Amino acid sequence: MSFRKLLVTALIASAAPLLSTLPANAQDMVITNAKLVIGDGSDPIENGTVIVRNGTVVAAGTGIAAPAGIPAMDAQGRWVTPGIVASLTDLGILDVSGVSDSNDSSAGGAAFSAALDVAPAVNAKSENIAVSRAGGVTRATVTPFASRSIFAGQGALIDLGADPDALMKPRASQYVELGEDGARLAGGSRTAAYAQLHYALAQASQPDGPTGAIEGGDVQVSQFDIAALAPVVSGEQTLYVHVERAADIRSALLLKREFPKLRLVLVGASEGWMVARDIAAAGVPVITMALNDLPARFEQLAATQSNVGRMVDAGVKVAIGQFSDMNQPRWAPEEAGNLVALNKMPGASGLSWNEAFAAISSVPADIAGMGGKMGVLKPGAVGDVVVWDGDPLEVGTVPVKVFIDGVDQPLESHQSKLRDRYRSLERSDLPPAYNW
Amino acid sequence: MNLRFLTLAAGAALALAGCSTANNSVASTGSPRPATNDAVPYASTYKPYSGTATALVGATVFDGEGREIDNGTVLFADGKLVAIGGPELAIPAGYTRIDGTGKFVTPGVIDIHSHLGDYASPAVAANSDGNEATSPTTPEVWAEHSVWPQDPGFSRALVNGGVTSLQILPGSANLMGGRSVTLKNVPSRTVQGMKFPGAPYGLKMACGENPKRVYGSRNQMPSTRMGNFAVDRENWLKAQEYAKGDHSTRDLGLETLEGVLEGKILVHNHCYRADEMALVLDMAKEFGYKVTAFHHAVESYKIADLLRENDVCSAVWADWYGFKMESYDAIPENAALIANAGACVIIHSDDENGIQRLNQASAKAQAAGARMGINIPDAQVISWFTYNPAKAMGIADQTGSLKQGKMADIVLWNGDPLSVYSRPEKVWIDGALMYDAMDPKRRPVSDFELGQPGEGDVK
Repeated sequence: MSFRKLLVTALIASAAPLLSTLPANAQDMVITNAKLVIGDGSDPIENGTVIVRNGTVVAAGTGIAAPAGIPAMDAQGRWVTPGIVASLTDLGILDVSGVSDSNDSSAGGAAFSAALDVAPAVNAKSENIAVSRAGGVTRATVTPFASRSIFAGQGALIDLGADPDALMKPRASQYVELGEDGARLAGGSRTAAYAQLHYALAQASQPDGPTGAIEGGDVQVSQFDIAALAPVVSGEQTLYVHVERAADIRSALLLKREFPKLRLVLVGASEGWMVARDIAAAGVPVITMALNDLPARFEQLAATQSNVGRMVDAGVKVAIGQFSDMNQPRWAPEEAGNLVALNKMPGASGLSWNEAFAAISSVPADIAGMGGKMGVLKPGAVGDVVVWDGDPLEVGTVPVKVFIDGVDQPLESHQSKLRDRYRSLERSDLPPAYNW
Repeated sequence: MNLRFLTLAAGAALALAGCSTANNSVASTGSPRPATNDAVPYASTYKPYSGTATALVGATVFDGEGREIDNGTVLFADGKLVAIGGPELAIPAGYTRIDGTGKFVTPGVIDIHSHLGDYASPAVAANSDGNEATSPTTPEVWAEHSVWPQDPGFSRALVNGGVTSLQILPGSANLMGGRSVTLKNVPSRTVQGMKFPGAPYGLKMACGENPKRVYGSRNQMPSTRMGNFAVDRENWLKAQEYAKGDHSTRDLGLETLEGVLEGKILVHNHCYRADEMALVLDMAKEFGYKVTAFHHAVESYKIADLLRENDVCSAVWADWYGFKMESYDAIPENAALIANAGACVIIHSDDENGIQRLNQASAKAQAAGARMGINIPDAQVISWFTYNPAKAMGIADQTGSLKQGKMADIVLWNGDPLSVYSRPEKVWIDGALMYDAMDPKRRPVSDFELGQPGEGDVK
């Protein structure tokens, strides 16, 4: 039996008595004796302590006295981290992606595009939120998929707490397609995508609001949609721009010259490593899938798992994200771990463990405009704390405890109940349907 | 991530002209049989590349059949495994020693469910060759006739996944999708140059949502699950009749089905739900064939006892979940629960990215079991992506484990293969070194990638 296995087994054996003193729904708590990860890229702290009061981190580090009178947990040396921040998800806006009745992530038959707003559609009780929470994800950005124009619509920032109120920040972002998808959605060419974007943003910049709309071709963008782009032009909303190839990245970066207040974030950027210095110089962050390494499209010919490492080495702020469709948010830690593995591969560029964890915690928080407020265990940040049963970036490691805003979260789900129902297939007095 | 799934969903909306709705009979070509029964069409022309006699020493060795050897020795020469043992094993003269201290050795990774070559990268319409979605039963099509050997996905599976053999299956639009082909993961100008010598054919079948959605959306049978079964049964009846006949007129589709009835062609049945798998097992009994493996069997944990009794493998993902209705009851403990019941577990990919991490998926499934008290030894977990798929593909007598006389299909990992932090360092296929992380030139670059951005890069 390997060392890795022994460690996991030992931790599980000691898990039971851990939290017996912690009442549910407390928003105050202290965890001691933790292998504490702050989330900002610094080294883990042995024998660390984190204190949460009224749902907010008030102290985290070593040499901190645990206050009396609040629920306390001895982590027994386990890894304790901020909650995972999942970027660009479909959490809460679909139940089953393949069941269209349950799926609000796109609106292919709608009259609107940029004006679409996921906020009223987010369902805090979505099973995908429960499953992701059990995987240690505590915050997420939610963005729609583009289907009627290059503009997908307005996204939101959510928490994954087991309470009815998931919305942290509605209308936090706009999302635009400018690569192959943008070309298709604009009517057949990247040139059309850029013309539509320039027209729409120029219209949205008018002090008294837009006076025109995009109409006459196969693609329409209404005046109402264009009006929804005003907070993009003013920099109030983050603008996610999906581009993959190096040339498209360079073109997208130029948008800031014409619209200097844009809060631009590149999404995808499979060939970002080829223009990493340009991206760094522009001060534009990137959200990308960590493990893309195939020329899945012509715009991704130079995709490599070393993309993230090379961009980070060039000074680009990079988050691991795009957790929608078949890429589940709870896989963020293992995707980060895979980048750590690259450090042993000659010629490859990976991330250090600390960088890798930051790429799924503090960095995506920063990109979402919540730097210091989430994704880190620092005073003033939300009290999202996860206690893991092993190295959080290792495959197979899962949380034993998840706190959101200091509240001890349930980790049960449809999945865990199915597991318990079918643990034994022995025939009993009644069918399995009575076992619940 | 899963472009194939998306493609299929999108494709279902397309109305394809000219497809037969009148009946579901398989295609007939009317051409005569080959002159002799021994003639093998599209025969393998694969020839192993040359290697050097090698002794891997000092590594932790998993043999793929449940054995773990610390400080092991693996000897191979002339493409074959010569001996596997501990440090006491004598190294014959002339063998090149490779120090594996701190490293791990496993058999070459085998993926029982891949669409590489049939749904090649780039995933443009021109490369979409995995579903002959013009009739619900197409047992006459052969996946090998769609395989593009220049798919860059083969090289990623080799260098990042340690994959040395893989089964390419038709897609799941059709109830009877066609014949599979088993390949050695060695770059070749032709698919014949990749074909695994002597591997039996498989028949891809599918139950559940996909066939009824694809054809139901065209107002064509099947549009329901009961329609799925009716069409299958009609075709098995025809196959039984054909098998009794004199074969004076060839029928490519019925030849495939006859091969299944004779036990020469193995059934690989895409099936998610437990209740449907149970029905398929009865259909197999009704017509006298065997299901070798259920693929995507996310609900096997509900009927693991039945699967054990029927000697059927479950080829599963570790934790794909909830992307379509029939995957809604997927749980991460599935593989462990199947194994715990004594049934056969295979971890498969069905994905050009997932095929690069079958080892990690297996480790995840193992850990999920451990958390519910099912402790499966590492050496058994290794068999989920080596020996067990080899068995279900009918090639376990030649590869899938480190046994004397078998093909020297071997991966040297730079750490524990059940860890996220480990990668293949060297991969041998039939004793030939086809990948070496220490040598930038010892990795394949497909024709498609040649001279283009990213050519020869680490991937």
